[in-house]
Amino acid sequence: MNRVVVTGMGIVSPNATDLEGFRRALCEGRSGIAHSQQMQELGFACQVGGVPHISDSVAEEYLGAELSRNSNSSMKYAVVASVDCWRDAGLPLCRSDSSPDWDTAAIIGTCAGGADTVAELVGPATTAGRVRRLGSSAAERSMASCGSACVGGLLGLGGQVTTNSSACATGTEALINGYWMIREGRSERVLAGSSEPASIYTWATLDALRVATRQSNDRPQAACRPLSASASGLVPSGGAGILMLESLASAQARNARIYVEVLGGYVNSGGQRNGGSITAANPESVQRCIRESLEVARTKPAEIDYINGHLTGTEGDVKEIRCLSAALGRSFSEMPWVNATKSLIGHGIGAAGSMECVATVLQMTNGFLHPSLNCEDFHPEIGELEPRVPKSAMRTDCRTALKTSFGFGDVNACIIFRCWDG
Amino acid sequence: MNRDQIRTVFFDLIKPYVRIPDPVISESSLLVDDLKVNSTRFVDIILETEDRFNITISDEEMDRFDRVGDAIDYICAKTVPA
Repeated sequence: MNRVVVTGMGIVSPNATDLEGFRRALCEGRSGIAHSQQMQELGFACQVGGVPHISDSVAEEYLGAELSRNSNSSMKYAVVASVDCWRDAGLPLCRSDSSPDWDTAAIIGTCAGGADTVAELVGPATTAGRVRRLGSSAAERSMASCGSACVGGLLGLGGQVTTNSSACATGTEALINGYWMIREGRSERVLAGSSEPASIYTWATLDALRVATRQSNDRPQAACRPLSASASGLVPSGGAGILMLESLASAQARNARIYVEVLGGYVNSGGQRNGGSITAANPESVQRCIRESLEVARTKPAEIDYINGHLTGTEGDVKEIRCLSAALGRSFSEMPWVNATKSLIGHGIGAAGSMECVATVLQMTNGFLHPSLNCEDFHPEIGELEPRVPKSAMRTDCRTALKTSFGFGDVNACIIFRCWDG
Repeated sequence: MNRDQIRTVFFDLIKPYVRIPDPVISESSLLVDDLKVNSTRFVDIILETEDRFNITISDEEMDRFDRVGDAIDYICAKTVPA
């Protein structure tokens, strides 16, 4: 069985659209959440969100003029993060007429992929009887796999190129799927992660469900409040996080820089039983997922010294902390360090897990933890955890980290990283 | 629009779709084979031509656009009064 390491990363998030910028934004605790005039004009109850900004010129630089014209934001986010990840991994960009790279696969998940294209182009044209006028790119832009397909073509990938979709667990699940591909020898490298459009159409469904906060429209950067007594709902966002997973043998053979080792991970479902539902997690399955991820990673609970939580700023936060405490067998006051990257970048939905995995690895390799914003009024039911949650950036060396992600459909994904000592 | 004007407009219309460096477009150029236009985008050239010259091009007539000169002849026949 191959060992799996991370040799490159790329990020497009609401508070930075490159890796070094993201590291700085994390260090500074800089929020990427802003007021949305469009949401206000459309009568959303929640009028704040996190939108990554990729300019037309940057999109054209990465995708080329023709593809840039024929792409949506999910594709652009996926391509920018993937190409940056590819370069960060020290791999050469191949010519468009070269043969495929048979040794590299891509698993780039999404929750809603081409939602914008369907809502803005395909739906209106179809119901107006103008199908003939849709144009050539409607099909490729509407696909759930629009991001992975676009990346696969630009980078000339010859391994499996696919898209997974498990709601808010998507990004972390993609990494775990990629981990197993390499572990079992089915691929040398996997570009793994996810991309999500910052789509008002996706956000509308969350607004309708009353899970997006509506109490902080005048204070966008205070809106996302994980672990806070006054948390009132998630803040929608989008973006992309991509990590280059690689077999240790391949990485060492090409003398690649290694960020961390992926020790293992686990995905499961709660069957929408025992308190689980389409929107809520079965606590038993969450605890099983955490324990099984430790088992796969051959890691003891006491070895975990940092948790990048799913932590959305909803009532689920307290439940998550209770599950973590039970699964690790550690009281709240004895928990590892815990922070919530969503407090800075909102809930990237399908992209949440992968953006947060990039944040996790950046913190581990740079010896710091980012502040968990907006939890000054810590939730009293988990009060003893408060000293374990940094409220300002702190220097600390975390050696082994657990990343948790949970999604609608009662699905769970947990992954464990360890610093690479060479 | 006379033929020269149609030619100029059509050349400009197809330029963004041409995928060779420093392209030299002539009436004898084949859109896909010579100018390396992505065949998937062929339908977009048809739609833009319809919009620009206010004509309708049936699916059966799309093969008239394989060669640049033939396309210009076709547009002329549809737009220039006899």
